[in-house]
Amino acid sequence: MAIEVRIPTILRTYTDGAKSVEGSGDTLADVIADLDSRHGGLQERLVDDSGLRRFVNVYLNDEDVRFLGGLSAPVKDGDTITVLPAVAGGGL
Amino acid sequence: MLTMPAALRAAIIAHARADHPDEACGVIAGPAGSDRPERFIPMTNAERSPTFYRFDSMEQLRVWREMDERDEEPVVIYHSHTATEAYPSRTDIAYAMEPEAHYVLVSTRYCDEVEFRSFRIADGIVTEEEVRVAEDDPAGDRVPE
Repeated sequence: MAIEVRIPTILRTYTDGAKSVEGSGDTLADVIADLDSRHGGLQERLVDDSGLRRFVNVYLNDEDVRFLGGLSAPVKDGDTITVLPAVAGGGL
Repeated sequence: MLTMPAALRAAIIAHARADHPDEACGVIAGPAGSDRPERFIPMTNAERSPTFYRFDSMEQLRVWREMDERDEEPVVIYHSHTATEAYPSRTDIAYAMEPEAHYVLVSTRYCDEVEFRSFRIADGIVTEEEVRVAEDDPAGDRVPE
């Protein structure tokens, strides 16, 4: 078993078009680092110096990881991680 | 070009007017690959702001999953500007992450005038497109059986 990571359209250039990829690790940060070892550049799109990028939503199963400890959120085999770019903007 | 039923255009404008002076936002889903906006999904502006919008993250997960299950995609992503023109701002361009979507902007700055425009936003480049409204026919341009 592994952790399924669902990739949004805009980031599938890093996964050869795959909608979902598998990763492993004990925390979200581990899984992202593991993915980056095979899909170089993905980590940079998800994480910056302060943690998860503000306009990227990452969900662990049915919960926004921001409520679960962000990058240090614990994960286990069989979990599903979903990445969705935030839909945002505004007049200014 | 964006082609949409008149009823959906009216629904977007009504949502924008109702939430004024805050920005309103939402999605019109359609069958994947069809480029046909069909299902109106008003979204919560989690920022509740006159100058910014962001989909509520949990609502977005639920709606995106539902689209996946129905083999749909966000054909239109709309939001309103409440004091400025219906043209993508620098913020809109910076955060636009759906190159396949039609970005519809409505301005509610004048209460007696509607500004309703559509754009593609990809790699930081904004391209305006024509909006064609299909009057009165909820089935759009489909051929009658």
